[in-house]
Amino acid sequence: MVISEKKPFEEILEYLKDAKKVVILGCSLCATVCRVGGEPEVLEMKKKLEENGKQVLGYKILDPACNYMQVRKDLKGLKQELSEADAVISLACGDGTQTIAKLTDIPAYPGNNTMFIGEVERVGQYEEVCLACGNCQLGWTGGICPVTKCSKGLLNGPCGGATKDGKCEVKPEHDCAWIQIYEKLKKLNKLDNLEVIREPRNYAINVHPNRIDLKDVCNKCTL
Amino acid sequence: MSLLKEAFEKGEFAVTAEMAPPKGIDFTHLIECAKAIKGRVHGVNVTDFQSATLKATSLATCRILQEQGLEPVLQITGRDRNRIAIQGELLSAGVFGIENVLALTGDHTTVGDHPGAMPVYDLDSVGILQAASALMGGKDMSGNELAGTPKYFLGACVTPRYDPVELQVLKMKKKIKAGARFFQTQAVYDMETLRNFRELTKNLDAKLMVGIVPLKSAGMAKYMNNNVPGIFVPDELIERLKAAEDKVKEGIKIAGEFIKAVREEGLCDGAHIMAIGAEENVPAILDEAGL
Ligand code: SF4
Ligand code: SF4
Repeated sequence: MVISEKKPFEEILEYLKDAKKVVILGCSLCATVCRVGGEPEVLEMKKKLEENGKQVLGYKILDPACNYMQVRKDLKGLKQELSEADAVISLACGDGTQTIAKLTDIPAYPGNNTMFIGEVERVGQYEEVCLACGNCQLGWTGGICPVTKCSKGLLNGPCGGATKDGKCEVKPEHDCAWIQIYEKLKKLNKLDNLEVIREPRNYAINVHPNRIDLKDVCNKCTL
Repeated sequence: MSLLKEAFEKGEFAVTAEMAPPKGIDFTHLIECAKAIKGRVHGVNVTDFQSATLKATSLATCRILQEQGLEPVLQITGRDRNRIAIQGELLSAGVFGIENVLALTGDHTTVGDHPGAMPVYDLDSVGILQAASALMGGKDMSGNELAGTPKYFLGACVTPRYDPVELQVLKMKKKIKAGARFFQTQAVYDMETLRNFRELTKNLDAKLMVGIVPLKSAGMAKYMNNNVPGIFVPDELIERLKAAEDKVKEGIKIAGEFIKAVREEGLCDGAHIMAIGAEENVPAILDEAGL
């Protein structure tokens, strides 16, 4: 899931300093789970903006904000409001905000900071797990990501710095990813994996922005 | 050939001293220290933006030391340079005839004096060794031919007091596969840790240099125990320092005695002394060690 956090309200007000009339858009999926873009947050944003002298012409929870066709459809229902508004506030992730921006002719401002791809440990607790590096290493690491979870992103084993209780030297509140990988591989009886030299990562595959078109991948595809 | 390599090959107990480049361009103190240890060590090991703090570069400092007639060991980390810059730095070392290279992953930028800087880690210590080995084979990492082939004597670091220590040994094996011929340890103060480590690594084909950081006070020892990963100073040494009138002298004595004991028991093939700004004390440590 894409994990987002609320932006400081003052930053949002700064974006809106020349705008009077706004439309607020949330997202039904990740941003709702993260409690930054669901109905309660959209209504809270509406209230705060109104308290600050803005006029909220309309709002909607997009379902979801990162689906271009869906957003295009959903925004049709807000055609009138959007034609009158000076700005849109997006309470989706960065992806959703970009989709909204693509489909609107007025400025679309982010109301959230997109933090990471993470796991929902429980409501309100999220852990960063994947940097979308484009060349997944989990196959030999026992399912623990060194690219994300080792502070140095090391692929060949640990630095010498882990603390006595197995914490990362860079972030003492984090477990050292490499000690975790070691423990897991030991359990799986796969410690041999740690003797193989891992070649430096190929950053040529990380030329952004990436695109995937399943039609190019599979000619039987009916997409 | 590298003096250091030659010493190992002859079965001599090799000694290197670590030096940090100055912050700024005044090399006076460094040159004084270099003069003080000249002739006493096989190599001077120069840190690469140690603790992620900005200094003059390791390469420039190695050159200055070379001019003073010492043999430098170039430290190079993966933190600040990508593979193009690292290979460029290695080639530049080659141009200057600097053969000893110590490959390190490097402390994270967040612990240094520019915490907002981008950490690179394009290559880890293993990758740096692979890069250097490739260059020695006349090609860069991408397989392009070089005009003139450098020669290196490659080393790396290891932390013997680590839990689980097997993880350090596994990585050490990779470093050897990637070209490391000698290892410096994190500072060690007790024989037991070294005995265990020697036993665990006795079949590995590489030389081991014990890391020595002379203690300057009981407070420093306690601080390191609590804050520096992989370092353990036994209580009896802390007591000795407490009782001593001249703590620095006592620290020198402790360091010298330790090197002597390690050498006598054959636990290491050399010692790497990290005096942290007090390199002028290195000769006294070596005197104490009988070297
Ligand atoms: S290696 Fe880690 S960052 Fe890369 S794709 Fe796999 S989980 Fe994501
Ligand atoms: S302590 Fe572990 S997680 Fe932290 S940087 Fe070193 S290897 Fe990576």
